[in-house]
Amino acid sequence: MSKKTYATAIRDVIAEEMRRDENVFVMGEDIELLGGIFGCTRDLYKEFGTDRIRNTPISEAAMVGAGVGAACAGMRPIVELMYMDFTLVAADQIINQAAKTRYIFGGKAKIPLVIRGQQGIGRGNAATHSQSLETIFMHFPGIKVACPSNAADAAGLLRTAIRDDNPVMFFEHKALYASKFEVPDDPDFCVPFGKAEIKRTGKDVTIVGSLLYVSRALEAAAELEKIGIDAEVIDPRTMVPFDMDTIIESVKKTGKLVVVHEAHKVAGWGAEVVSEVVDGAFKYLDAAPIHLGAKACPLPFNIELENAVVPSVQQIVEAAKKVCYR
Amino acid sequence: MISKERKFWIYEIMNKIRYFELKALRLFEENKLRGSVHLYAGEEAVAAAVCSQLTDDDYITSTHRGHGHCIAKGAELDKAMAELMGKETGYCKGRSGSMHIADFTKGNLGANAIVGGGIPIATGAALAAKLQKNDKVAVSFFGDGASNEGTFHESLNLAAVWKLPIIFVCENNGFGISVPVAQSTSVENISDRAVGYGIPGVTIDGNDVFAVYEAFETAVKRAKSGDGPTLIECKTYRTLGHWTGDPQTYRDKKDVEMWRDTKDPIQLFKKRLVDAGDFTAAELDTVEEAAKAEADAAAEFAINSPNPDPADVMDDVFYEA
Repeated sequence: MSKKTYATAIRDVIAEEMRRDENVFVMGEDIELLGGIFGCTRDLYKEFGTDRIRNTPISEAAMVGAGVGAACAGMRPIVELMYMDFTLVAADQIINQAAKTRYIFGGKAKIPLVIRGQQGIGRGNAATHSQSLETIFMHFPGIKVACPSNAADAAGLLRTAIRDDNPVMFFEHKALYASKFEVPDDPDFCVPFGKAEIKRTGKDVTIVGSLLYVSRALEAAAELEKIGIDAEVIDPRTMVPFDMDTIIESVKKTGKLVVVHEAHKVAGWGAEVVSEVVDGAFKYLDAAPIHLGAKACPLPFNIELENAVVPSVQQIVEAAKKVCYR
Repeated sequence: MISKERKFWIYEIMNKIRYFELKALRLFEENKLRGSVHLYAGEEAVAAAVCSQLTDDDYITSTHRGHGHCIAKGAELDKAMAELMGKETGYCKGRSGSMHIADFTKGNLGANAIVGGGIPIATGAALAAKLQKNDKVAVSFFGDGASNEGTFHESLNLAAVWKLPIIFVCENNGFGISVPVAQSTSVENISDRAVGYGIPGVTIDGNDVFAVYEAFETAVKRAKSGDGPTLIECKTYRTLGHWTGDPQTYRDKKDVEMWRDTKDPIQLFKKRLVDAGDFTAAELDTVEEAAKAEADAAAEFAINSPNPDPADVMDDVFYEA
C-alpha cells in the first residue's frame, strides 16, 4: 500500500496501463506540458511521448468521436475532458455514437473507450463548471458510469474501466483530487464494476451517497452516533452497473433509507434507488425513504450560495433522524 | 489511369447499388419494408470510384444515405436487404434498419443516422492508423448538409493539425431534404472551406467516375505520405426523393428528369467504357442483368429470413467477456 492523492492514483494507473498495453493512449486539453489542469497526466508525456499523451484542440465532439473511431480501429483511448460539464458539448458522440454503436451494429463493435474528467462543487467554478452529471448518463443504455469517492477506488475502478471493452464515463470529483488514501501497489489491482462498498456498518439507518457525499455521509454517521443512531453508509461506486442488491439487503436490516447526492434532486439517481428499494424491500421499511439532492437551481458562484444549493452534512443528519423518528 | 479490371468492378458496383436501391424502393411501396430509407440512386459514381481504391483494411464511415457506400465497401446485397427489412440475417440482426449498416470485417465502421456523426469517428480511425503506423487510410463520406455541422469543422481541423491519413468526401447533391444548398451554405463550393484548415480542397463532377477516381487517387497519395487530409466535394444529384415517400415539391420535375436522363453516372460511365473499347455494350448489359438478378435474390432472401427473436432484444447492449 502507498498513501497517494486521488489525482496521483489516477495518474499512476494511466501510466501503468500505458506500459502494459501499447494501444492505451490519452487525448485531451492541456494534458502534455501542463499535465491536465488537475495534474492527472503530469509528466507522462516525458515517458510516453506526445503521440500517446496527446494535446487536442478545444473540440470536445471531435475528441470523443475520434475516441470512438480509434476504439473501433483497435485502440484503447482515454479521453480527458477538462470538466465533465463539457460532455454536453460532445453529447451526440457519447450518447448516439459511443453508447449505441455496439448494439446498433448487432454486437459486432467493441468500444473500449474511457471518457474521464472531474465534476462538482468546491472551486467556485459556477453554473457551467460545477454540475454533477452522472445521473443523465445512467439514462442511456450502452455506457458504464463510475464515480470513485477515494484514491483507492479511483485507481481500482479506472484500471477496470481501461481494461473494459465498453465505453465508460469516469466521473472524478474536483474536491477529492488532493485527498490522500492508502492505495494497493498491485499493478493489477481492479475494483469490479457493479459492486457497492459498505463504508460503515450500522443497524439503524442506511445512508447511500457517492463521490464527495461518501465522506459527508460518514461525517453525518459520526454525528448520528453521538445521539445513539447507528448508520450504515454505502457507496455504490459505479452507477452503471448499479449494485442495488447491497442497498436492498441493508435496508432489509435497518428498515430506513436516506439517499444523498450532489446531482440535482429532480430525477436524480436517488429517486431510482428509492423506487427500487420500495419495490424490493417494501415490507421491511419502517419509514418513508428520504432523497436529498441539489436544489433545482444552477450552481451559483458565491461559496455560501453554492453550499446552500447542495445537501449539507446537517441535512443528512436531520434526514436520518427523521426516518428514525427522532 | 484506371485498369480495365477496376473499371469493370466500378461498373458492377454501380449497378449493384442502383438495382439494390430500386428494389428497396419497390419493397417500400409494397409495404414490405418500413422506416427511414434514403436512396443513393444517381450518386453511385462517388462510392464506387472511391471504394475501388480501398482495401478491406481501410476504413469508411457513411451516412443516412449509406447503402451505396456499404455495398461499395463490400456489403453483400442479401444481408444488407435483410437489414433493411429488420431481419435476423441482416448486417445488424435487425437492430438498425437502413441507416446503420456496418461491417467491421470490411472496414466499414458504419452508416450513421446523425448528420455529421460519422466524421469524427472516421477521424479517430485515421488517428488509430497513424498510431499503429499501418498505412491504412480512412474515408469519411458525408453530404452537403453535414458540412454545416460542428463536427465537420472540428474534425477537419483536428485531422489537419495531426496530419491524419483521412479523405473527407463530401457528396453535394444540392439539397438538405427540401432546402437548396444556396439557402443553407455560405459558399458556392464546399471545398472552398478547405482553405480554412490549410488543406487541399477540390470540387469535381461527382457523376463522372474518372473525375472522382483521379481526385481520390491524389488524396490517398497525400494521406499515405503523411501530409494529411484532403476535402473532395463531389457535385451530384439524387434522382429519387430524400426518402422513399418524399413528395419532392421543392424541386422542378424537369431538373430531376434532366439529371436522370442526361447525367446519370452509370450511363455516362457505360458510354465512356464502350467508346474507349474497354467493353462492348452487350458485355455491360450482362453486368446490369446480373446486378438486377442479385438485387431480386437479395429481396427474396430478406423476405424469407426470420425476424429476430424478441427474447434476444437485450443482447449486445454491452460487450461481455
